[in-house]
Amino acid sequence: MNVMLLPAAAQLMHIPDGFLSLAISLICWGITAVFLALAIRNAQEAFDERLIPLAGIMAAFIFAGQMINFPVAGGTSGHLIGATLAFIVLGPSLGLLAMAAVIILQALLFQDGGLVVMGANLIGMGIVPGYAGYAIYQFWQKRGGRMQLAAAGVGAWVAIMMAALVVALLLSFSGTTSLAIAVPAMLGVHALIGIGEALITVAALAFIRQTRPQLLSREGEAQASNGWIAGGIAVAILVALFSPLASASPDGLESVAQQAGFLGAAQDAPFQLLPDYTIPVLGDGGASTIAAGIIGVLVVAGLMYTLTRNLRKPSE
Amino acid sequence: MHVNTFDRYESRQSAIHQLDPRVKVVVTVLFIVANALLPDGAWLAFLAAWALLLFVSGAAQIGLGWLLKRSLIVGPFLLAAVTVVFTLPGNGLAQWQLGPWTLVPTDAGLLRFVSIFIRSWLSVQMAILLTATTQFPDLIHALHHLRVPNVLVSIISFMYRYLFELANEAGRLLRARESRSAAGVNGRSSSGGSLFWRAKIAGHMVGQLLLRSFERSDRVYNAMVARGYNGRLLTMNPHHMKSSDWQLGGVGVVAILLIQLVARL
Repeated sequence: MNVMLLPAAAQLMHIPDGFLSLAISLICWGITAVFLALAIRNAQEAFDERLIPLAGIMAAFIFAGQMINFPVAGGTSGHLIGATLAFIVLGPSLGLLAMAAVIILQALLFQDGGLVVMGANLIGMGIVPGYAGYAIYQFWQKRGGRMQLAAAGVGAWVAIMMAALVVALLLSFSGTTSLAIAVPAMLGVHALIGIGEALITVAALAFIRQTRPQLLSREGEAQASNGWIAGGIAVAILVALFSPLASASPDGLESVAQQAGFLGAAQDAPFQLLPDYTIPVLGDGGASTIAAGIIGVLVVAGLMYTLTRNLRKPSE
Repeated sequence: MHVNTFDRYESRQSAIHQLDPRVKVVVTVLFIVANALLPDGAWLAFLAAWALLLFVSGAAQIGLGWLLKRSLIVGPFLLAAVTVVFTLPGNGLAQWQLGPWTLVPTDAGLLRFVSIFIRSWLSVQMAILLTATTQFPDLIHALHHLRVPNVLVSIISFMYRYLFELANEAGRLLRARESRSAAGVNGRSSSGGSLFWRAKIAGHMVGQLLLRSFERSDRVYNAMVARGYNGRLLTMNPHHMKSSDWQLGGVGVVAILLIQLVARL
């Protein structure tokens, strides 16, 4: 057993510290905190004192499961990332807790992902892919059989793509990379990684259906409605939150083209194309950044809490 | 595989190692937050932050080479950040022809890229030092004292406890597969059926591992209940803040504030 086998779960997913602006990091922590709090409450209701050993060992399973790879071609190999599988088998609350434990431990122990940006990593690798994959799987819940296995595969692939999209968006909103390059590059790479994830997820689920079908039906039904709603809200909030930022930041493709064009024409032209723009939309000034971040966290957290609270079924 | 396979602790007898883990966690997080607040091109402040890092690693008797090697983990992300060199508006420094595209590195872009690199590199090294000077159970315990929700802390410590067990389990599954089919001859990876077949086998192994983990959690839970577990984990390792902990922590915070001051002068 050598270090090479240690899971390097899609290196480009674990954002290190320093690559996101502080405001974005804090907003992500706010969103994550609400999701984690809800997941802890729901899971405690469902599992009581069983929760800790169950979630802890399933988190260790995801970590170990990421070691199981299969050769693809030319020395590369595919392996599990796990959010979709975890959410489907364990339900969204327990699944999110297990994924969170994996991400936190990877950051604390291996520096695989930063500490201050951990909230963003939890969104990118846990919340968004987990709920996206789970929602797609649940959508075909009633069809049953092969249809649902196929849905799990589609869900796993979409989950990876969503995760890649979130990472690319967060990076470009922080002014660390350009939107027009990061989004297609990340999606392109992860379209392939997603196929590996989809194949493993489907095969693992097929295996569990054959050997232990009750595991899927029981856990699935317990929290289905909840996960659906929360998943929808998650996507809506993310879009709502980031769309103003996106439109405010300069279109990367455009600026590249213009720069290139300008340079081709006149080598030493003073191209202050966008004199007012600094790419980090929320500024680099210390106090203002913190203030903006904290206000953002409070608003988002309050909004999320009210929404999820009202939408949660009172009797479950 | 040994219990400590996954731990990144470097055993030494230094003042940093003996510092209360809470102090180390707080100072590390403050250092990383402060780094994120340093403006682009604050070279003097970057230098000061690096000096602080060198001082801590020296006091902790952690070698610079070792630190450097482990900090390479930020490498892949630099690839994502390198695009700002060309996309940030500023004065063009050169003009490179790359197929159909004309790449123009700008001074503003270069400044930003180098600043991102330095901030990230400093941050990851401090986090590495934290893990290298603190045993993981102590680190988790510090999180508990710092009011991280108890359930989450307990889940993480449980995960850590069973990490090597399940990694061993996965290792056995991999070994069994290798001895039966999928390992190629002469580095070729194509033996053992089609791509779909290989993916299916890997998926079955993941499912197998999941079921075994599920059953293990059942056994562990029953064993815990038999010993009086009621949903709360107890610790036999209480930490107490000594006056030296407060002092060293204070020194760290002041140093971090000074670095911010340097950046804004």
